[in-house]
Amino acid sequence: MPVITDNIASLGYATPELVLAGFFLFILLADLVFTRNRGQMACTLAILGLAMTLLVTLRLYPAGERLLFAKMMAIDPFALFFKIFFVGSTAVIVLLSPATAYIPRTRQGEYYAFLLAITLGMSLLASAADLVMIVLALEMVSVTSYLLAGFMKEQAASAEAALKYAIYGAVATGTMVYGMSLLYGITGTTNLYEMPQAIARGGAAPLALFVAVLLVLVGFGYKIAAVPFHMWAPDVYEGAPTPVTALLSVGPKAAGFAVLIRFFYAALAVPAGPGRWNPVADIDWPLLVAVISAVTMTVGNLIAINQSNLKRLLAYSAIAHAGYILMGFVLLNGQGLYAMLFYLIVYAFMNLGAFLVVIALAGPLRSEELKDYAGLASRTAFPAVAMAVFLFSLTGIPPLAGFVGKFYLFAALIEAGRAWLWLAVVGVLNSVISLYYYARIVKAMFLEKGPSGRLTVASAHQVLIAALLIPTVLLGIYWAPVARFTDYSLRLLGPLAR
Amino acid sequence: MPMQNVLTWMIFAPVAGAAVVLLLPRGRDELVRWISLLATAVPLALAFWVYANFDRTSPGLQFVEHYAWIPAFNIEYFLGLDGVSAPMFLLTTLIAFLALVASWGIKEGVKGYFCLYLLLEAGMLGVFAALDFFLFFIFWEVSLLPMYFLIGIWGGPEREYAAIKFFLYTLFGSVLILLAMLALYFANEPHTFDMTKLIAANKQYGIAFQLLVFIALYIGFAIKVPVFPFHTWLPDAHVEAPTPISVILAGILLKMGPYGMLRVSWPMLPEALKVYAYPLAIFALINIVYGALVAMAQRDFKTLVAYSSISHMGFVLLGMCAIGPQGLSQAGVNGAILQMFNHGTVTAMLFLLVGVLYDRAHHRVIEDFGGLGVQMPVYAGVATVAFFAALGLPGLSSFISEALVLIGAFPAYRTLTIIAAVGIIITAGYWLWTLQRVFLGPLNPKYATLPEINGRELVTLVPLGALVLFLGVYPMPVLDLIRASADQLIALVGPLP
Repeated sequence: MPVITDNIASLGYATPELVLAGFFLFILLADLVFTRNRGQMACTLAILGLAMTLLVTLRLYPAGERLLFAKMMAIDPFALFFKIFFVGSTAVIVLLSPATAYIPRTRQGEYYAFLLAITLGMSLLASAADLVMIVLALEMVSVTSYLLAGFMKEQAASAEAALKYAIYGAVATGTMVYGMSLLYGITGTTNLYEMPQAIARGGAAPLALFVAVLLVLVGFGYKIAAVPFHMWAPDVYEGAPTPVTALLSVGPKAAGFAVLIRFFYAALAVPAGPGRWNPVADIDWPLLVAVISAVTMTVGNLIAINQSNLKRLLAYSAIAHAGYILMGFVLLNGQGLYAMLFYLIVYAFMNLGAFLVVIALAGPLRSEELKDYAGLASRTAFPAVAMAVFLFSLTGIPPLAGFVGKFYLFAALIEAGRAWLWLAVVGVLNSVISLYYYARIVKAMFLEKGPSGRLTVASAHQVLIAALLIPTVLLGIYWAPVARFTDYSLRLLGPLAR
Repeated sequence: MPMQNVLTWMIFAPVAGAAVVLLLPRGRDELVRWISLLATAVPLALAFWVYANFDRTSPGLQFVEHYAWIPAFNIEYFLGLDGVSAPMFLLTTLIAFLALVASWGIKEGVKGYFCLYLLLEAGMLGVFAALDFFLFFIFWEVSLLPMYFLIGIWGGPEREYAAIKFFLYTLFGSVLILLAMLALYFANEPHTFDMTKLIAANKQYGIAFQLLVFIALYIGFAIKVPVFPFHTWLPDAHVEAPTPISVILAGILLKMGPYGMLRVSWPMLPEALKVYAYPLAIFALINIVYGALVAMAQRDFKTLVAYSSISHMGFVLLGMCAIGPQGLSQAGVNGAILQMFNHGTVTAMLFLLVGVLYDRAHHRVIEDFGGLGVQMPVYAGVATVAFFAALGLPGLSSFISEALVLIGAFPAYRTLTIIAAVGIIITAGYWLWTLQRVFLGPLNPKYATLPEINGRELVTLVPLGALVLFLGVYPMPVLDLIRASADQLIALVGPLP
């Protein structure tokens, strides 16, 4: 992979980050200077910023793969895939925010600025190729997340969420940094791409290496909310303003997966042929992650069954989905990674969609409790039908996008042979369990009788729901273009793919 | 209309109907009904054309449509019919049409009901026509979702419980099918979902692989049949579902189970079938006897019919796994497929009849009736035909298929077949007893004003009754469809080692 050491020259390849940083500052300044319609202006600027980021990100595709800033950052189709992903998911959150009442009018400027800041952090994380860079980017995402989670600081739940989030985060990050220091001690380098050779050369003690891996996994596990590092998620998801919850369940989670993949596949695996890897120094981290995956989906799904608050229910569902996605991670082959990326795309559509319906209904319904969803289908049909589609897609029922995502994950597991059959069986059984609680929501909306009186959902939300609904259905029937894009994001992945 | 795509037209006519219904404004209920009727009439009309043009001498696939769908994963849009699928495919169009006529009385949420109903029909037709395993699976699942809502919204008092139970059971079955499907896909090089290729390669699957995959598939399909002990969703779902949906459920949906076995498990995993044949026959026998005994104990008319379905499906299973030293029994396989068809018509009649009575008396407790033969003579006449068909009276359709099954199974499993024949006596017992309790004896004065069966209800029942009578005398119109392909299936499975 060509290395660009010169910092000024590197800037030319960090344009998405530059644009995001620029608009972040711009929104903050504009918010100070202007006095009227500040929220509207900040929102417009945020959209503009995201659109420009998308544009410059797409323009980076011809650059191929490069290491920037003296190997601190990598730019490759894999990183670009995630940058587009983050811009897209943040854009949904920005677009849905104006029609809600979560954010105090006086502080809308900073809200949108923070949304760009967290996107910047996630963008850096997807590119981070050095331990130092990983820590910095991860902290940028985390600190912004704490601020966003506690944005409704006047409400006890929101403040509590932010505090819990911060304390858990501090512990997780501390543990991770400790693990990284061990890794540095073993290998003598902080660069991910130099680690396999360093480990092979140095003949590192497997136990020390294993402990280091375990500690680092705590930090990443926290970000993707994998069991047993998931404790923060339900409280934070419930307490945070719902648009922020929606973002947290998609953006930072995906960022966690991005760094997880790059870290393990670049630093702790050695290529063993086209699209195949072996764990470095025979450390069985795939099995470790496989157990985490199985436990994560099972715990997430089982606890979700009894939830009465929709945000909390979706929080546990998001935990379970982290478990599903991890199934692709343990295979040490291209198919597994492919399935993960593909799943992330469909997950973004259906999960954001489900949250969006909750947000859209929170206004007219004044509730996010399951019991208040009774008879919803007769009060406002379109959001109810859309919610049912999103939920059945999350369950993985064809012909919806979620099924195709799960299909790729299970296909990768089955192809890997008998060794991973147990994980596939755990995975499919979990799909069945998950149907029960997703169907509880559908049951409330369609099968139960509730209060009468029509509800009106903001037209902006209706349009957004439709915008997420169409891909959720369409990708279940014809997904070849997305499959090609995912494939491309992995195929050009120099050291990662070969 | 280009006839080389006749199957696609048949499958997607209901989908088009559903789309039109969805776009109609509120309150146009009558229009919704007529458009839906038209959308089910199109496949029915085309079914006659397919029936007339079906080459009865060819064991191979007919009306084939083959297009690439997702090339990266080698997924194809591949449809076709042969003797195994044609009877059920054609029957589906008929039952779906008649059950739609029976749906005329649905008053609430008309738009949603008919929309889901039409999607359900498309899913079922797709299952019987799909020859790409992936496509098969998609259709299999597409028939699941509408069913959940149709039972859950328009069902009886316990509908919520019944709907989710049905959904969970069948989803559990389908995920196992999904895993088995993937295992078969990767066992072939190049990887393929094409069922004809998966079958052609059946010699190269190792025995351990076959045994494992067979079990996963069997559980998946057995839940749909349902085979004891996976049957507990059925009485709930049947009893709570509205009448037309019970008709669809018992008439068509249950057949997807044995059809899946004949289409997938039997030809793809013949060695596993030979190992498991005897245990499978025992499960079939349990279905026959247990289903009949439980049916006899029922007080609710509809539950009785539901359990009788479990019993009758046992015959399908018994015929399918009748395997001797020469291989699968010809009479057994032909009988099993014919029994699928016949049970579809008979049980559809029975559920329609229960519905007619329930609409008038608003309950289904058998003991409360009595003497209705005097009050509703036409109804009693039609019901008698259906009852006698269900108990296997010679001269009516079920007799032939059940006799074929017993003839086929006898050389393979003597003891089991004798016990199964005893099951027929139990069946005769509970049907005659029901007949006596409902139609004979003194008329309960409460029902002295019960109106006779009306024209619309007769429209739904008479075609089925005519089929039952005709096929009881001359079954060749259906057997002719089946025979060549059944022979091919028997050859594919081969003799016992």
